[in-house]
Amino acid sequence: MRVALFITCLADQFYAEAGVAAVRLLRALGVEVDFPKGQTCCGQPAFNAGHWNEARALAQRTIDIFQEYPYVVLPSGSCASMVKNHYPELLPGDGEALGLSEKVYELSQFLVRVLGVEKLGNGLQGKKVAYHHGCHALRELGVREEPLRLLQNAGAEVLPWEAAEECCGFGGLFSVKLPEVSLAMADRKLSTLPQADVLTSTDAGCLLHLSGRMGKQGKNLRVVPLATLLWEAYAG
Amino acid sequence: MQAKAKLYPKEAARLLREKPGVREAVTGATLHFEEGRKKAYGEIDAEALRERAKRVKDHLLTHLDHYLELAEKRLRENGVQVHWAEDPLDAHRILREVAVRHGVKRAVKAKSMLTEELGVNPLLESLGVEVFETDLGEYLIQLLGEPPSHIVGPAIHLALSDIQRLFHQRFGTPLDAPPEALAAVARKVLRDAFLTAELGISGANFLVAETGTLVLMENEGNIRLSTSLPKVHVAFVGIEKLLPRLADLALFLPLTARAATGQRLSTYVSLIQGPAKEGEEGPEEVHVVLVDHGRTALLHDPEAWEVLRCLRCGACLNACPVFRQTGGHPYGYVYSGPIGAVLDPGLLGLEEAYPLPYASTLCGACYEACPVKIPIPKLLLTWRHRAVERGLAPTWEKGAMRVFQMVMENPALYRLFSKALRGLPLPQHLLPLLRAWTEGRGPLKPSPRPFHELWKELEEEDGR
Repeated sequence: MRVALFITCLADQFYAEAGVAAVRLLRALGVEVDFPKGQTCCGQPAFNAGHWNEARALAQRTIDIFQEYPYVVLPSGSCASMVKNHYPELLPGDGEALGLSEKVYELSQFLVRVLGVEKLGNGLQGKKVAYHHGCHALRELGVREEPLRLLQNAGAEVLPWEAAEECCGFGGLFSVKLPEVSLAMADRKLSTLPQADVLTSTDAGCLLHLSGRMGKQGKNLRVVPLATLLWEAYAG
Repeated sequence: MQAKAKLYPKEAARLLREKPGVREAVTGATLHFEEGRKKAYGEIDAEALRERAKRVKDHLLTHLDHYLELAEKRLRENGVQVHWAEDPLDAHRILREVAVRHGVKRAVKAKSMLTEELGVNPLLESLGVEVFETDLGEYLIQLLGEPPSHIVGPAIHLALSDIQRLFHQRFGTPLDAPPEALAAVARKVLRDAFLTAELGISGANFLVAETGTLVLMENEGNIRLSTSLPKVHVAFVGIEKLLPRLADLALFLPLTARAATGQRLSTYVSLIQGPAKEGEEGPEEVHVVLVDHGRTALLHDPEAWEVLRCLRCGACLNACPVFRQTGGHPYGYVYSGPIGAVLDPGLLGLEEAYPLPYASTLCGACYEACPVKIPIPKLLLTWRHRAVERGLAPTWEKGAMRVFQMVMENPALYRLFSKALRGLPLPQHLLPLLRAWTEGRGPLKPSPRPFHELWKELEEEDGR
């Protein structure tokens, strides 16, 4: 099976290790991974802020780069949803946009739904994990159980967290257009965080925002993208 | 109501800085409502009922002329006097005429967002009429001279201590008076108002076209008193609040109550079928004012009309993590939270309401909560897109987006950007965009090497 990795710009720049983990994991599961050259950003920041011309140009590029692959896997729920749900809105009547939309998966979603993997290994034995549901992964892609199941089946204790499904306040440009509200939301989310060994999520943006906020408050907790933990689940 | 929606970003920041208690009060109360809704939705096939309610409202809205005519006819048959108001001035003229004709000195009001929209209280006061808000929360904010902070819970932003202080100043109750004692004081004042007012004013949750029935939901009993004790009752009804058939109430009453407060049904439901007949007690005159105020124009907007399905249950406010931080005041208009962010641009014009569609992270919790499935995130995106097309976005944002597109469209530039990010330490505190980020979260720390560089090694790894 051949898969294209769409690293997404945020993970490329800030969570490169998650990309490495995703590639190693997919290969270990017998998947051939390509990293198409020339890929950059899916255009989501522009689209969400209303700048559709800019977003359209980037969507068109992304479609050109990825359309020949049978599957496209992203270590980001939010960008996956952008391609899956919003490309067809942004480029109505565009067959290629629709075609790509059908082939796009967030990593854990791909593992469970396409590969049928339920258990990666025992590498997370005894780890207490706090899982933050990225809003777009959760509500736009419907990724709720997949990451939890993969983490738990690898021995992790996924901690109950009152605000696990609550938005962290990142929201792309929202975080700089309304910084005070954004931070207040992060603080509310973090104020309910249970005592965990590691905090994880499908989305780099959320993690950047939450880890930055914790750092500012002098809290020291390991924060890693889901892909990293899933590789640990496999490789130990 | 005078709209101050333009000030949203500043007002939200100011509130968080100056009134941290509001955040605590609103978060607590909305989480409580939200928990109730989730539980109440869990008892039913919420998905199926929401879909049905959406379809009924869509049918109503796509045949609105027919149902408005039918409603008018039935209301008149029931002895109700029907008026049409295009805008607040029309509404004022109608109300003024009624108030003057009956020599009204006192009016009791049931909580109504539409009358806030129309500025009914200031009008009555200008006519020398003493107005009493009779919903307890609404009464509190009337005493404070504040607008409602939430569609269903107008005083959601107040802590018990705020109310204790207010009643101490107004009525001389002790500063530590328990809630029961405060409610007793309000009840005494309001009972007197109910018994002496000549005019009762209400909104309507629904107006059933088939039977000309006004439907009002509440928990305190004040609406029933406001609409049955005074000799004249005037109800202001937005034209979108109609329902086709009486039988639709079997769906909408429990669904609205579940969405709003997590109740299976509100404590009181009043179905008003016109003025008192011979031998009955009740108002001698009932007036229904059907209000447009921008709704027809919105209905004809192919990309934004769905917002008119709104039942004003407030479920989206309760579910919204953005609203929870500040309550409704910073939004600067009657309708706040997610629904306000997509309704206000339609009612006020996008120029007036520009920042509101940005008062969201697009997390989608509002859509999940909405009993009539208004696609709020989609509507937010539509209004944002329009704002950009109309040139309302600030210059820095337009510039940033152009640079962003340029870099992302050109892999060579992207690699250069990537190098710059890891090169000399960026003057993060000097760039306004970056500063907004770093002030609360510390400097951005990129990975030592970007993934697209690491890929080369991964390729070799594979070859081995």
